[in-house]
Amino acid sequence: MLVDFFLFLKSREIPVSIKELLALLEALEARLISFSVEDFYLLSRTLLVKDEALYDRFDQAFGAYFKGIETLPGLAVDVPEDWLKLAARRHLSELERAKLQKLGYEKIFNELRARLREQKERHSGGSKWIGTAGTSPFGHGGYNPEGVRIGGDSVGNRTAIKVWEERDFRNLDDKVDLNVRNIKVALRKLRRFARQGAATELDLESTIAGTARNGGALDLHLRPVRHNAVKVLLFLDVGGSMDDHIEQCEEVFSAARSEFKHLEHFYFHNCIYESVWRDNRRRHSEKTSIWDVIHTYGSDYRLVLVGDASMSPYEISHPGGSIEHWNEESGAGWMTRLLTTWKRAVWLNPMPEEQWTHTPSIRMMRDLMGGRMYPLTLHGLDQAMRVLSR
Amino acid sequence: MQFEGTDSYVATRELTLAVNAALVLERPLLIKGEPGTGKTLLAEEVARALAMPLFQWHVKSTTKAQQGLYEYDAVSRLRDSQLGDPRVSDIANYIVPGVLWQAFEHDAPSVVLIDEIDKADIEFPNDLLRELDRMEFHCYELQRTLRARHRPLIIITSNNEKELPDAFLRRCFFHYIRFPDKGTMEKIVEVHFPVLKQELLKEALEVFFGLRGLPGLKKKPSTSELIDWLKLLLAQDILPETLRAREGEKLLPPLLGALLKNEQDVHLFERLAGLAKR
Repeated sequence: MLVDFFLFLKSREIPVSIKELLALLEALEARLISFSVEDFYLLSRTLLVKDEALYDRFDQAFGAYFKGIETLPGLAVDVPEDWLKLAARRHLSELERAKLQKLGYEKIFNELRARLREQKERHSGGSKWIGTAGTSPFGHGGYNPEGVRIGGDSVGNRTAIKVWEERDFRNLDDKVDLNVRNIKVALRKLRRFARQGAATELDLESTIAGTARNGGALDLHLRPVRHNAVKVLLFLDVGGSMDDHIEQCEEVFSAARSEFKHLEHFYFHNCIYESVWRDNRRRHSEKTSIWDVIHTYGSDYRLVLVGDASMSPYEISHPGGSIEHWNEESGAGWMTRLLTTWKRAVWLNPMPEEQWTHTPSIRMMRDLMGGRMYPLTLHGLDQAMRVLSR
Repeated sequence: MQFEGTDSYVATRELTLAVNAALVLERPLLIKGEPGTGKTLLAEEVARALAMPLFQWHVKSTTKAQQGLYEYDAVSRLRDSQLGDPRVSDIANYIVPGVLWQAFEHDAPSVVLIDEIDKADIEFPNDLLRELDRMEFHCYELQRTLRARHRPLIIITSNNEKELPDAFLRRCFFHYIRFPDKGTMEKIVEVHFPVLKQELLKEALEVFFGLRGLPGLKKKPSTSELIDWLKLLLAQDILPETLRAREGEKLLPPLLGALLKNEQDVHLFERLAGLAKR
């Protein structure tokens, strides 16, 4: 029962498990809802979807599944079995249901189908469970998204269809815009807890064990406090085409600053060459050589590059390609050097992912990064942090 | 037994359905939503409406799953042993039952609130899988297994600071309390302020939703902030005309601080208000 629905959700990449399907069936068996489609929608959402970011996807899938039923030619010839079963549950008496157990669903379905067909011919025969609307098998009750409902009161004045067709949860989907709070939460996935430094915290467990060993004389044990020991090296692209993304980058930067205790940041323009700088106002006077950076920060740092990687391909591939100065060595060479120093590295790109393939330089940069380029969205950040924490 | 909201808590159809599903099928219910939409309050109101006792477990970053089951107070026992207290021979004297233990032992159905589960360590939910699924756990010190006499209704709230493990989610029902629309909001306000003048309410809600619609706010005002603000408005006896009059020379809504909690937001609002004037 409802297996098709279940598989359909799965095919729409909603992570549902058999356990949850069974819970849904259990709920139906417990008569938790009055078989209005709206209630069914709410119930299945509560039981099957465990993340509000997936609500929108579920709304769409739910809509699509029911649309399919609506567009069936004619009447009930091909009504999905699941819905017949639902209808059967609702419209058969205890006795009939007991019989049904013996006869199997097949026969009952045929009968139901026959009744549905009959209903169509009579059009509005006033059978309670088949609507006056006519063409829909579950018309008045509405497993049809154009829907009315199969009995039970309407809730407010929202029609059933509106609930999921409104797609209220659209902006909760993973591709939402970032804000500082969101970013912090995403960055928090990159955590490496470690105990370092002075032992200031009472280690109760080993104190007890030690005291016991000591025959009851107190034996205090201390240990260092646990904190996030992850180290991050952040390179930010500034100026030029990055001006469009300045707000996003600011947010990432401010979130990263408050989230990571060991964060070092540098700026670059378009591509990384022999030097970077820390302060944009003094970028021409106070440059830091990449060699210094490489020698200062150990390989336990994680490298995060933020930039749109949109430039002329020569800026990456050729010596002297930089638009600002004469670079003796190509950007690609410097990038490779960075990536061999810091194995754990990602590139975050504020450009929409769909456009990446149209820009040659983005493709080149992604290849250089070994595919580790992620869009600057919550979902992208999430993936990036996962890669970094490996 | 059905939950239908209470005289002081407006529950939408979706929410009551989720609560009833958890109640009937005896599964934990995970509640998420914007801050201030009444997640924690839900458990209290459900317990009140169904006349069941409420066991609350407020989770902090240092909370361990074990603390919800029981704790073995070894330090007291050690002290007692050195003082020669006769209680020391029975280890049961030093087992301090946690929230889940109390709820499992309670001889009537109860409600358990596990508040802000996302504040705890990443492993926290994983450590509770069996406890929530089977509603039983083993007490090593006493060598006995505690089973729930009546499976309690467990309500878990989360602010989304950490992702919860899949295995944990599978065992829960989930509901996201979304921000109430204007109609629901009017009902909520009515529940809290039955005597509030209609006009004042209308004006206040307009200001409020206008404020929420403002782009770029760091922290949007939520239901609980609206209710605080209305309390202040009532206490200060502000007339509906005053709220409306801010179009003119008085630019900022009175007692703005109750709605906007962030200095940058207040500045933003002032700037926008200044622009609108010109």
